[in-house]
Amino acid sequence: MLKGLCQKSFCKALWVYHANTGACNGCDIEVINVLTPYYDAERFGIKLVGSPRHADVLLVCGPVTRQVAPALKRLYDAVPAPKLVFAIGSCATGGGCWFDSYNVLGGADKVVPVNIYVPGCPPRPEAILHGVAVALGLAPKKVAPETFRQETVDELAQGRSAQNGGRP
Amino acid sequence: MLLAKLREAWICLKAGRVTLPYPFAPHDPAEGFRGKITLDPDLCFGCGGCANVCPAGVIVVNDTGQHTRLLEFFWRRCTYCGRCEEVCPEGAITLSQQFETATDKPEDMYMRLEVFMGPCQRCGRCFTPPTPLERMMLTGFRNGNGGRA
Repeated sequence: MLKGLCQKSFCKALWVYHANTGACNGCDIEVINVLTPYYDAERFGIKLVGSPRHADVLLVCGPVTRQVAPALKRLYDAVPAPKLVFAIGSCATGGGCWFDSYNVLGGADKVVPVNIYVPGCPPRPEAILHGVAVALGLAPKKVAPETFRQETVDELAQGRSAQNGGRP
Repeated sequence: MLLAKLREAWICLKAGRVTLPYPFAPHDPAEGFRGKITLDPDLCFGCGGCANVCPAGVIVVNDTGQHTRLLEFFWRRCTYCGRCEEVCPEGAITLSQQFETATDKPEDMYMRLEVFMGPCQRCGRCFTPPTPLERMMLTGFRNGNGGRA
């Protein structure tokens, strides 16, 4: 029962700690934008806190540089147990332009387990809010792996394209 | 002191409601916003121009078989610069207005396209069915602006 109560109350008030792991400040500004009265994330209980020990959610922005990686690990360990990690921006999700650089590990999931990826360069504040909603199970995710295939000449000759509308 | 507080309260009240109703009502991005990549698989003829210009190396081109060229899009690291859209001679790649791309699985941020190619009888390398050279000359592939001059 206590566990259920914890689960329920966890969704009601997400206190976030914002970690810049080598971001260009674009994603940081969008994260701050979410917290302004214009988007007003505080009505959903999302609040920025100054210490990872007070936080429920770790917002990671930036491709994790080699120098900041141990600090990010320590940050993750400092967040108390029911915790979520959000990777905000293309850099934190997959490394961005620097995914194969020598001094960059290429994404937050190389160091800490990530719960939600929010791609975008930078992601819109709406996209970050949608990411929070996906994390809490309030909204469905809208992306899936896609596979496209063109027909070969033989298949074209057999008229397969007429049957399936040209798509596999 | 009190007057100052009252004045501040008046300013706040005058502003009215500024919060967007976003999660409960859609808030579409402005015209020209570059969101997730979308593909038209029928238009692509596998020139690989997009893979050449992509700064983040999102697009990986491989010739998997004698007749197929595989284009893989690892768009989790896409920076939405729109160069692929500019350079595509056929307009097969467009950057949509979709921005709600949050997901919990990294595998979701992946697209693949298998392009059918006809191999040259003499050299064995791939080329596309009708005549790719003609297509390239027609749409100005070298210009890198999709023939829009």
